[in-house]
Amino acid sequence: MSTPATPLWEVFIRSRNGLAHKHVGSLHAADSTLALQAARDLYTRRGEGLSLWIVPSHAIIASDPADKDMMFEPTASKIYRHPTFYEVPDEVGHM
Amino acid sequence: MYTQALNSAPEGQERNLEDAVAAARFQARVDSEERIEPNDWMPAAYRRTLTRQISQHAHSEIVGMLPEGNWITRAPSLRRKAALLAKVQDECGHGLYLYAAAETLGTSREQLIDQLLSGKAKYSSIFNYPTPTWADIGAIGWLVDGAAIMNQIPLCRCSYGPYARAMIRVCKEESFHQRQGFEIMLTLSRGNEDQKAMAQDALNRWWWPCLMMFGPPDTASQHSDTSTLWKIKRFSNDELRQKFVDATVPQAQVLGLTPPDPDLKFEDGHWRYGAIDWDEFRRVIAGDGPCNAERLAARRKAHEDGAWVREAAATYAVKQRAAA
Repeated sequence: MSTPATPLWEVFIRSRNGLAHKHVGSLHAADSTLALQAARDLYTRRGEGLSLWIVPSHAIIASDPADKDMMFEPTASKIYRHPTFYEVPDEVGHM
Repeated sequence: MYTQALNSAPEGQERNLEDAVAAARFQARVDSEERIEPNDWMPAAYRRTLTRQISQHAHSEIVGMLPEGNWITRAPSLRRKAALLAKVQDECGHGLYLYAAAETLGTSREQLIDQLLSGKAKYSSIFNYPTPTWADIGAIGWLVDGAAIMNQIPLCRCSYGPYARAMIRVCKEESFHQRQGFEIMLTLSRGNEDQKAMAQDALNRWWWPCLMMFGPPDTASQHSDTSTLWKIKRFSNDELRQKFVDATVPQAQVLGLTPPDPDLKFEDGHWRYGAIDWDEFRRVIAGDGPCNAERLAARRKAHEDGAWVREAAATYAVKQRAAA
């Protein structure tokens, strides 16, 4: 009964102009044309967006959660990257 | 939910890694309401439990299209027909969101569907009941979807990220379903005597099976304890069942209909219901409900009838790639 695996695609929707495309989910389809049609049927039944991007799932390069500390922790220790690190006298006002 | 390929870690590796330290760290993350994502470490039993629960949920959405699909061509007006068609299409969409969430745990779509078609996987007992009258479409939307919403709202906060995200989409769409069902019941219950009797008959047949949808009583449920610990489940079966009854009895009063329970009474702020026939529940789950065989046969036929379409699409895709 089992059939060969149908490729997996990731779906991104731009909800309105001015906003970025955002990941909404995934689906299976044999090719890009069918993937686009299926994404329209599956993810935009109630005016969810104006534009769709479909990306083959295997094309996504993901970071490994195990590398989370190495990858992202250093940003927390470099507080001088944030404006609040610097002291500006009150009389200067908003800067 | 793009992580399926990354999830296919070789068998056995999981067991070596599954030491007490990792398990404790996992539980601490769950306790602090962090979401678990597909590539994060998780106990094998958590993965198994979720794969079972999410795929059963997906199968229920897919099989759930059948009792209602029965009435699409016979809906009493174009308005009702368009709404029912949209609702059944939503159920299909919900099934697909859920299959995608289940796949992130490392089981392929094809395997999941084979489990349904071979009869190995279970789906909600409620879809093994027949829909002989139009009022059943009203009762399903009002009661079955109402019960499903009670179950699904807490799942939006489930510890597993992809499941929680799928449930948020599902819940947003589900409230239209309940309202369209209630509207059908309202129209019938304000109609002539025959129409009102038809609505009451549907309530009589769906009431008890809907209470069974929440699963066995807390004293008998085998999955609840670990599911609660892992924050997959936020409320017990009996708590959700009570919430449903409390919300639904006043709605029945608005309709002028009576739930078929002589023991139903208001006490300490709750509507207390009579004894549930758990033998019936066990029979239906075990495959001996009024429509089990019919439902599975319909799914198998649809799958087999669609085989040539899948084959043609796959062949065309291969040709297109070769030509590119």
